[in-house]
Amino acid sequence: MFASSELNQRNRNRERVFRVLFGTMTALLVLPVIIILVTLVVKGGPVISVEFLFGNPTNGMTAGGIFPALLGTVWLVLVALLASVPLGVAAAIYLSEYAADNWFTRAINLAIINLAGVPSIVHALFGLGAFVVFFGLGTSILAASLTLAIMTLPVVIVATREALQAVPQSFREACWNMGATRWQTIHRVVLPNAITGVLTGVILEVSRTAGETAPIMFTGAAFFLPFLPQSVFDQTMALSLHLFVVSTQVPGMPEQLPFGVALVLIGIVLIMNSLSIALRMYLRGKKKW
Amino acid sequence: MLRDGSVKAMPGLNHHTNARSAPVAIRTRDLNLWYGQFQALFDVNLNIKRGIITALIGPSGCGKTTLLRSVNRINERIDGVRTTGTIEVMDEDIYASGVELLQVRKQIGMVFQRPNPLPISIRDNVLFGYRIHTPKETLRHSDEDAIVEQALRQVLLWDEVKDSLHKKATGLSLEKQQKLCIARLLPVKPEVLLMDEPCSALDPKGTEAVEELIWELRGDYSILIVTHNMAQARRASDECIFMLLGKVIEHTATDKMFVTPDRPETADYIEGRYG
Repeated sequence: MFASSELNQRNRNRERVFRVLFGTMTALLVLPVIIILVTLVVKGGPVISVEFLFGNPTNGMTAGGIFPALLGTVWLVLVALLASVPLGVAAAIYLSEYAADNWFTRAINLAIINLAGVPSIVHALFGLGAFVVFFGLGTSILAASLTLAIMTLPVVIVATREALQAVPQSFREACWNMGATRWQTIHRVVLPNAITGVLTGVILEVSRTAGETAPIMFTGAAFFLPFLPQSVFDQTMALSLHLFVVSTQVPGMPEQLPFGVALVLIGIVLIMNSLSIALRMYLRGKKKW
Repeated sequence: MLRDGSVKAMPGLNHHTNARSAPVAIRTRDLNLWYGQFQALFDVNLNIKRGIITALIGPSGCGKTTLLRSVNRINERIDGVRTTGTIEVMDEDIYASGVELLQVRKQIGMVFQRPNPLPISIRDNVLFGYRIHTPKETLRHSDEDAIVEQALRQVLLWDEVKDSLHKKATGLSLEKQQKLCIARLLPVKPEVLLMDEPCSALDPKGTEAVEELIWELRGDYSILIVTHNMAQARRASDECIFMLLGKVIEHTATDKMFVTPDRPETADYIEGRYG
């Protein structure tokens, strides 16, 4: 009665084929990440030292450290966050909580999604025209960060909007029916429950901002500067551009140095991300439904 | 409507208690309502009395929930809703210009089918409406403690949750959640409580407990309750309104409706010939 039939065998074989297929696809996906990380650690690891992290580049960047670039990237990311997070979150709140669902808001949403698809070199040229020239910020951290902010705004807006929409409508109904205004509802109930999703958007933004090269090339990042930036109106070095420079532009570069720079760049993204991941986990622990 | 003014001036006077002279909580005049092309309410004229429980009964789709939702103007949030006629609550037209919608929502509390406590602590749930409607400068922690205790006592929940006021309200059983949803309306001292099948998500024991609580609130508040449950309407209301296809068929004392209804449609419905 319980013996395996031919049909059972056929289904079982097919089951195995699909299992292996999907598993292989997943492995193919993970493999490049592992190869990249292992290569970076193996080749770049020996370069990392205190002098490398906190020293100035010397000998036409073929020796010494990368501190100006490291600090520059941190500056660029932080200023970009400062600009894009308030703007993006506010816009998402308006679109999700206040705006009526009509053709106009749908058009705005479409525009935001399209903005995410604009190549970064186009953002770079926009930043050059708008911030550097038109607003007269010159090539500076501020201009570069604003360019990065514009580029990553869609990520923040979309992530925030999705986080807001994941908050059950019944919570809003309950508030409105007690005579709460939209704002009271948002800041007492909706935002506290959406904050983890907002942070996810911020994490994505940090990763992308730290790694971008094109948008900062024309707007604020320099190949080489003999001093650290004193304010947001100065130019700065940046890790991503530095990596490009040491990999391709300087003859006689020690082979391992670019790997070291790349490793530091990934490390910085990881550290910044883990800060917001830790914050997100802390807030999720306090999550209330 | 005789001697309305003089009655108010002498609160001790035990005036006529027949339908004509009892003060009215909700009065509708020629109320019609459309969802787009579909007409959901037809010439509804009702005088729902103060301080008692009035049940709205009728088969699904008869307009009872629509009527309920018109009384605190939630229906406005739905696109394509059009209303004619007037609704007065405590003798004031709630659709008049100059009416503050936030006051309407404060004075007319609403309880839903599914309990919808906010994802915050029990204490914060009870205080939510109060904090919204009280100027920040006058909020006092000691007042809040008293308010929480009083509201939870009124809904017969205090003894069960007094040691867990800081726990999330969403972790309570459905019955307690629903009681909490009623409790959080009370600190702002509403005049009218609207309840949309408040027991339909509860088990029989929970239903009994919430019914008991609603009966406790009788007298302090004017309560309008939509129900599908004939037994509940019979047990837990003073007057009954029977609706069919958007029209009010009969509005009378509950005792009378369930024993000797005036209209054959009412009798058919009560006896379960359609539902």
